[in-house]
Amino acid sequence: MLSECLRLVGVAIGELVDVGLTIEPGEIVCLSGASGSGKSRLLRAVADLEPHAGEVWLGGQAQSRTPGHVWRRRVMLVPAESHWWAETVGQHFADEPANAELQALGFTRDTLSWQVARLSTGEKQRLGLLRAIGREPRALLLDEPTANLDGETGERVEAWLTARIREHRWPTLWVAHDRRQIARVASRHWRIASGRLEEGEVAWA
Amino acid sequence: MGVIELSWWQLALAALMVVMLAGCTAALRLGMSRSLLIAALRTVIQLALVGLVLEALFAAERLVWVVLMALAMLLIAGREVMARQQRRLLGGWTFGIGTLSMFLSSFTVAVLTLTVVIGPEPWYRPQYAIPLLGMLLGNTMTGVALALDRLTDTACRQRGVIENRLMLGEPWQVAIGDIRREAMRSGLMPMINAMAAAGVVSLPGMMTGQILAGTAPGLAVKYQILIMFAITLGTGFGTLAAVTVGSRRLFDGRERLRLDRLSAPRS
Repeated sequence: MLSECLRLVGVAIGELVDVGLTIEPGEIVCLSGASGSGKSRLLRAVADLEPHAGEVWLGGQAQSRTPGHVWRRRVMLVPAESHWWAETVGQHFADEPANAELQALGFTRDTLSWQVARLSTGEKQRLGLLRAIGREPRALLLDEPTANLDGETGERVEAWLTARIREHRWPTLWVAHDRRQIARVASRHWRIASGRLEEGEVAWA
Repeated sequence: MGVIELSWWQLALAALMVVMLAGCTAALRLGMSRSLLIAALRTVIQLALVGLVLEALFAAERLVWVVLMALAMLLIAGREVMARQQRRLLGGWTFGIGTLSMFLSSFTVAVLTLTVVIGPEPWYRPQYAIPLLGMLLGNTMTGVALALDRLTDTACRQRGVIENRLMLGEPWQVAIGDIRREAMRSGLMPMINAMAAAGVVSLPGMMTGQILAGTAPGLAVKYQILIMFAITLGTGFGTLAAVTVGSRRLFDGRERLRLDRLSAPRS
């Protein structure tokens, strides 16, 4: 089992400056902040989708010394809104997901032959997570992974995600708004306020 | 059989009919009488000037003048490619990519056709070289402009898809693969359509011209086939080159999609 830390050193993008953060293997760090504060852009910097300052390390591997697509395959960003380009759901998967995984998210094998145009926002979000995790990443960046799901489904997906993260020991940066969700999943919580990261509490009394 | 002489007053008759058309479009308030008349005027002036240039060129028959003329045509075509884009690549890249790909394809095909296939004496004889290059450049320009425009426009509209594919760890060539193929197809399509319709729906301009000038239809047909193939080669390879380089330019060394390298769309 690989266990690597995800380490941000002096990362700066947009308004955010000098972000330093180490996420241990299997640890979930939640990130919150007002909309427009740069949470998503920080994730994009960590995935190296936008020019930024600073360095990100996955174990001993530096972002700047890894080809872009190799880095992004390892440090997998799952956006809040997933995009689909082929005709059917199954065409977007590198390998067919296991039945158990499909069922855990409320799907069946049939889902793979569904037309993408027919998917609802919530279905897209769940399938987007499954699609990303199927590519065998080594760290996860989740942008509001349960934002478009109703309460019950959201908790089910959340439980499934945290189980996967613990099992594979992926260091995870998780953007979340909901305090209760942060309390359930995170071991640490950082808030973005006026261009800086500050440590927030995980659980509210 | 020689060509029947055309005098300026006979052209004036045709011009008068264009003016009548402009009158009709004005009456219908299509709002294009002005541009119609300006375009007609440009045709007269530009063709008259090029007639003078060609007469001088044919009289001199010097390689250096032919090359200069060819370069001027190439640069104007490059500018035209740029003018036809909704979104240009900043920093002169659209002009550069357009000009370079047209240079590589059109000039290579023109020189090969002249030296290997037609073989006039000398090979750069302007009566052959300039019209051939003109037809090649004109068509290649259309293909390259269409394909680049399709490429940048689709990349902008499908930004989310491209970036999501990058997030999943796909190399840039895969992430933009569909869009790239679509752009290449749109550049090649006009020429394939033209070949498919040649002689059945339309009589190609050069063949018509040669027949009017008294060439036997059999020979005119052979020349037309040669030209169509040359144009297809030029357009095809020009389009492939332009889209390949253009799509690379949409990504940086870290394989990030860089739409900030495009200008804002023209309204």
